[in-house]
Amino acid sequence: MDIVPKVLITKIGFDGHDRGSRVVAAFLRDAGMEVVYTPPWQEIPTVVKLATEEDVDVIGISSLATDHLIVPKLMAALREAGMGDVAVIVGGIVPDEDEQALREAGVARVFHPGSALDDIAAYIREVVPGIRRQRLAA
Amino acid sequence: MNKPLETRLVQDAEGEARWQAEYAAQIGQDKLVRNRSGVAVKPLYTPRDWNGERYEEALGWPGEPPYTRGIYATMHRGRTWTQRQLIGLGTPEDYNGRLRDMLAQGATAVSLIPCNSVFRGYDMDESHVELLGTCGTVVNTAGHMDSALAGVDLGKTSCALNDPSPFTLLAFMLATAKKRGTDWRTISGTSNQSDCISHFVANHMFFRIALQGARKILVDHIDYCNKYVPKWNPLSVVGQHMQQAGANPAEAMAFTLASAVQYGDDCVAHGMDPDEFLPRFTYFFDISVSFFEEVAKFRAGRRIWARITRERWGAKDPRSWRFKFHGQTSGVDLTRQQPLNNISRVTIQAMAGILGGLQSLHTDSYDEALSCPTEFGARIAVNTQNILREEAHLTDVIDPLGGSYYVEKLTDDMEAEILRLMKIVEDAGGMYAAVEKGIVQRMIGESAMKFQQAVESGEQTVVGVNAYQVKEDASARPALAKPDPARMQAHLAAFRSWKAQRSQDAVDKALANLAACANGAGNIFGAVVDAAEAGCTHGEICATLRRELGFGHPLVVV
Repeated sequence: MDIVPKVLITKIGFDGHDRGSRVVAAFLRDAGMEVVYTPPWQEIPTVVKLATEEDVDVIGISSLATDHLIVPKLMAALREAGMGDVAVIVGGIVPDEDEQALREAGVARVFHPGSALDDIAAYIREVVPGIRRQRLAA
Repeated sequence: MNKPLETRLVQDAEGEARWQAEYAAQIGQDKLVRNRSGVAVKPLYTPRDWNGERYEEALGWPGEPPYTRGIYATMHRGRTWTQRQLIGLGTPEDYNGRLRDMLAQGATAVSLIPCNSVFRGYDMDESHVELLGTCGTVVNTAGHMDSALAGVDLGKTSCALNDPSPFTLLAFMLATAKKRGTDWRTISGTSNQSDCISHFVANHMFFRIALQGARKILVDHIDYCNKYVPKWNPLSVVGQHMQQAGANPAEAMAFTLASAVQYGDDCVAHGMDPDEFLPRFTYFFDISVSFFEEVAKFRAGRRIWARITRERWGAKDPRSWRFKFHGQTSGVDLTRQQPLNNISRVTIQAMAGILGGLQSLHTDSYDEALSCPTEFGARIAVNTQNILREEAHLTDVIDPLGGSYYVEKLTDDMEAEILRLMKIVEDAGGMYAAVEKGIVQRMIGESAMKFQQAVESGEQTVVGVNAYQVKEDASARPALAKPDPARMQAHLAAFRSWKAQRSQDAVDKALANLAACANGAGNIFGAVVDAAEAGCTHGEICATLRRELGFGHPLVVV
């Protein structure tokens, strides 16, 4: 009866540094989640399409070099595609002053450098049942 | 006094046994300590680990092979390292302002980091406008380069360009030099990021040209620079990317040397003389906070390279044997928590690089785990170098750690580990084959995970992250540096109108010639330089080569 969260780990924008996304994806997979992983530089429509086709609960965006600035565009595209219930989490270097804007755009949570992998996994396990219930109700 | 060596060793053995008993009695259950590379480290090193017997063969003299003690006879006592800070933000004019400040503060060389849109091989009019200039300077044309380097004498100032295949930034710089009447033979500097293998494996900051296409361009680039820009270093083999992506120090050194072996073999196969291209090979490494391990990594790397250049290619010119490297303090070691602690970390990292014998150094700003570095952070990073160079007396003595029982034994042990890893790559058919099979990526991924797990289990302390945490006041953090959106908009508008006005005929001809050269009609980099002079943009040059040589994807293994 255990829910297996389905998570897409990706990078949008121009940066290629993918250590964080690789480590998080491998950890969540090893923790028993279903993980869809992409290399960096994905276009926003590609991410939306992948999230829809794979019916993911959570999208993890890794951003180390200001790519978080286009996450609001991703949020709008997800809502437009009827995927507004997906929890989008951002991990990496997000300055404090930009975090507020991301939260207002609908980002569920920002994980800064130094975050524990266990905390990321625990957060996903906590939010996914609610997302599933919401989808069943819809 | 002056007893024969054997008598001394017997006495040392007795002494060591005595100490060992005392040590065991006091410490109880001793735990095995390994460094980040997995090399076992003992609690004490003695003449039984290293007795200086093989001094000439293993260490030799500074400026002589095997260069363990340094590649120049005078090392930092003669000339200290080049202080080269990476900078790049905003428009070319924004960059130029910051550059002149840095030069006034004591930086002795120029570096240019382009915007990530440039790194993807795109022009500013085909990119997300929100991202333009946020992580580097938006340079798309020869004219942009001219503005970025206004007031800088290209014949006198060494420039490092973060510039993967097809090296459009260098092409823009050469076009600028020609326009200004600067003789190309006086231009010095380095094509950083020229190591296409490291981009395929690790940080993926390249212009999205397929690996084997980038390989072809690189060889042409080396050949062209050797002929026409002889003081330029066309190749910087990069260990930094792989270590930042998770490789441990021994892996980073091994994979870098294995890549250099491939590049050297390619140049020889292209008909170049090893003593022509090898003196212009340079290296770029990450320096972690694991102090002694990093020092040993660099000493071992020098020794191995001195052997490879002579044994593999029969190089005869001592300049071919010298392992010249730029070091950058590791950003991965820096923390967002209590960020001022990063100043201490950077100092330790920089010291490891300096005592490891580097030729050029970039010190990270303490605020890099928070945002792109602020000017305030960058100034502290520069002054950290000034303090190390001019206050700390680090440069008084050449290779001051040489002769330490520990450092010499660790250098030997790191060398053995590096050679073991190089053998794995060789058995896979060389670095290109090893990365195309994902072998290297898998090893780096495992090391990254191992390190993260050591941090999470508390086995590896990271101050402020898993130990000594405090409640922090976020308002104490520095204000963020961001390009001015109005200036960026003006830069974009100017680019669009310039493009509409240039000679389309010249552009079309140059791009057609570039396509022909990509298919064997001539030197590809030569055609890139011609295209830059003809007014082609970065995006156009990259798109042409992607079409002819293939679109580049990294091979990522999770």
